[in-house]
Amino acid sequence: MMDHTVKAFDEDITRLRGLIAEMGGLAEVAVHEAIDAMVRGDKKLGDEVVARDKKLDALETEVDKLAVRIIALRAPLADDLREVIAALKIAGVVERIGDYAKNIAKRVSRIEKRQHFEPLTLLPTMAELAAEMVHDVLTAYAARDPELALEVIAADNKVDAFYDSIFRNLVSHMVEDPKTISTAAQLLFVAKNIERIGDHATNVAEMVHFAATGDYPPDDDS
Amino acid sequence: MVTVRHENLPATDAKMRTTDVNVYYGDKQAIDSVSIDIPSQYVTAFIGPSGCGKSTFLRSLNRMNDTIPSARVEGTIELEGDDIYRSGMDVVQLRARVGMVFQKPNPFPKSIYDNIAYGPKIHGLAEGKDALDAIVEKSLTRAGLWNEVKDRLDESGTALSGGQQQRLCIARAIAVDPEVILMDEPCSALDPIATAKIEELIDELTGRYAIVIVTHSMQQAARVSQRTAFFHLGKMVEYGATEDIFTNPIEERTKDYITGRYG
Repeated sequence: MMDHTVKAFDEDITRLRGLIAEMGGLAEVAVHEAIDAMVRGDKKLGDEVVARDKKLDALETEVDKLAVRIIALRAPLADDLREVIAALKIAGVVERIGDYAKNIAKRVSRIEKRQHFEPLTLLPTMAELAAEMVHDVLTAYAARDPELALEVIAADNKVDAFYDSIFRNLVSHMVEDPKTISTAAQLLFVAKNIERIGDHATNVAEMVHFAATGDYPPDDDS
Repeated sequence: MVTVRHENLPATDAKMRTTDVNVYYGDKQAIDSVSIDIPSQYVTAFIGPSGCGKSTFLRSLNRMNDTIPSARVEGTIELEGDDIYRSGMDVVQLRARVGMVFQKPNPFPKSIYDNIAYGPKIHGLAEGKDALDAIVEKSLTRAGLWNEVKDRLDESGTALSGGQQQRLCIARAIAVDPEVILMDEPCSALDPIATAKIEELIDELTGRYAIVIVTHSMQQAARVSQRTAFFHLGKMVEYGATEDIFTNPIEERTKDYITGRYG
């Protein structure tokens, strides 16, 4: 893309994109590590994930301030305007993704008898899918690639399918052995959190598509 | 190269219609095959870098270019279906129907009252003093200037502030009951408050007159117009609803210009 005549404008936009990329990287790592901590019962790692979420919150504030500054000082138009608006919204959504990772990490110590509990082996695969969506959508953002954004949106179906399957699995455990209800309920929340991460990655993908093309992707009622 | 036209535009009444208009200054072609409808109910903004031809094209809409000996216009420009370049066209009458406001306020060195009354008098629009008084009051009121000048109508128009002078010029254009008002960078010599007053005035006048504005301020075009045409190197590159041009232009050159990447 051609540079702006006013160089400082380019610097502002580059900085904004850098902040979003940094947030995305942190959120992706948080999702991985939260699940890792969950599966291995690593409370220390869980606490780290919780503590690091503050950094995401701080970055979101920084994005907000910078976006407001750009709008006030540069009066961006066309793709620049869409880029700034998208960044503002993406920052909010990525911060939410971080919150879900934090919520998963907080439950590490509440899981009992983690061995021999089958759903615990399914969750990492599901989390992997969701984290990949987060990763891909930020790649799409960095490359301003609406096609990749559409692929991310399509991938959400897989995460949703996983959630349904884990949900049924956990319910059957609870029915068979009421002693597992407490842990199974916790894991249900974890699965739900991962499912929401997928939804939010989808939201980001829609904004990436909007920033790149000026249109939201066609509605898919799945 | 043809103009990229946004397809989502609702049908409008064309107050003016230009078809394949070329304008030359001597050998130099300043406007290349511009076709556009000027809707009666909207403000149309012409934007583009300096030298793109937007002012030349604006001035061809009321034959202001006739005053430049080397200027030549090809194609047709119609006002309500009537070719304004046809032989026998009364140019003075045309300029009453298609009024113009310039970059620098240019009130006559006469009283505020006479600035407004002059046009209606020579066009025979008012019979008697009372009718003329009414036109002066109505025009100044519509231009948002009445309350500021009603007690000093005898003072010279040139004694007003720049913003007031510009509103006086708009009132003067309005006084002869035009159908179209052309504005060539009407705020470029004004401070932000005076600019805001002119923009508010343009808003008030929208619907009553077809308005065409040439402006270098993208934000101004975005604020006051409903249709925007982007000119570049004498061609009309893109035409569409203002909000689409400024949020999602189709042509790369339009985008580069309005986002500050051009050149």
